[in-house]
Amino acid sequence: MRKIKSSIIVEEVAKLCIDANCNLSSSIYNGYKEAKLKERDKLSKDVLEILIENADIAKNEQKPICQDTGMAVVFIEMGNKVVIEGDLLEVAINKGVAKGYEEGYLRKSVVKDPIRRENTKDNTPAVIHYNIVEGDKLKIVVAPKGFGSENMSALKMLMPSDGMEGVKDVIINTVKNAGANPCPPIIVGVGIGGTMEKSALLAKEALLREVGESNKDDYWKSVEEEMLQKINKLNIGVGGFGGMTTALSVNINTYPTHIAGLPVAVNIGCHVTRHSEIIL
Amino acid sequence: MKIKTPLSNEDAKKLKLSEMVYITGYIYTLRDAGHKKLVEMIEKGEKMPFDFEGNIMYYAGPCPNKPNEVIGSIGPTTSIRMDKYSPTLIKEGLKFMIGKGYRNDEVNETIDNCDGIYFVAIGGAAAKMSKCVKSVEIIAFEELGTEALRKLYVEDLPVVVATNCSGETIY
Repeated sequence: MRKIKSSIIVEEVAKLCIDANCNLSSSIYNGYKEAKLKERDKLSKDVLEILIENADIAKNEQKPICQDTGMAVVFIEMGNKVVIEGDLLEVAINKGVAKGYEEGYLRKSVVKDPIRRENTKDNTPAVIHYNIVEGDKLKIVVAPKGFGSENMSALKMLMPSDGMEGVKDVIINTVKNAGANPCPPIIVGVGIGGTMEKSALLAKEALLREVGESNKDDYWKSVEEEMLQKINKLNIGVGGFGGMTTALSVNINTYPTHIAGLPVAVNIGCHVTRHSEIIL
Repeated sequence: MKIKTPLSNEDAKKLKLSEMVYITGYIYTLRDAGHKKLVEMIEKGEKMPFDFEGNIMYYAGPCPNKPNEVIGSIGPTTSIRMDKYSPTLIKEGLKFMIGKGYRNDEVNETIDNCDGIYFVAIGGAAAKMSKCVKSVEIIAFEELGTEALRKLYVEDLPVVVATNCSGETIY
């Protein structure tokens, strides 16, 4: 068995929280630049230029790209030959989130109770997803999720007879309904299949993909391309001011499902959709 | 176009739909929790923490500032969450707002009736916008942390006219 000290996990999670919030992924940054070349409208070009400048300032000064530094969503892939020494993994992750949000001057946006709404003041707890895999490594992915885009997400339990057309309608209608609210250009994460909660998780995981990375199955790759084209004809545009860049990417993940069901979840990511990872 | 706050009705009427406008002067930040408090104060007949006349409310809650900074990153939050409270504030004299995304019909109508303006800032461009802020002071609801009512002095804060004085809207 390989031993990993929980104190190392605390440090790494803290660094990942800061990194994800201050350094825009290069695939999204390049997406802005490509969109700026394509757009014809002056306002769209100006707004894209502001987004590029914003990402540069954030990177140079190591300050958050967006003030909504999100609720920390953490994906763990833990090798079956790894043992954590010290704190429980969950405790270590939450200590890391608290440290990262404090030391990185990130906004604390988490409330203790959904109705009574008292701020926990350290942005914990994180939402953590665990996977046990073969091996002696520990992979940690931190994906802070802002709620401007999270609030515009949707889940629908379709009937099998609704088929691909039904799925496409859910995707398009969710994006249409979101309009300018989720800070376009957006990343559209789609989860199809599994159970209700599995489809939501698939959609969230789909947001971890880099822009330009397609589904490995050609059938789903072509659906992703078709959806991206259709979404970019909705004229929502950058900042919601119209134009041809509403989404940078549509990422679909699927899973086997029940003979009676067709769950579809659409998780919308804003134009700073964030994630940072490390393998220990 | 450049504008100064407090914004006069004459200047407000000159603003065109989807025009980018650069704001200089004092503006006030508030989000969901603070809106709820202001509306409760209005219901009790209490005095507002600042004069609404000609002033602009910005729907935003900043990140904490580093020791060498005036303010942390500060971009707009989604306006529709304020829609429940906005008509009450507008009736109280607040005519100008900055946020992000569409408003409901009731708010659009109330803005139209008072010749108000709804601006939208660039969602997510929060590091850039923090550079426009030259001073900050918490004037109410300090206990709300990031959601406190802050008075900011901004220079050339870029926003877009989303609903103009004639009630036309870009959404």
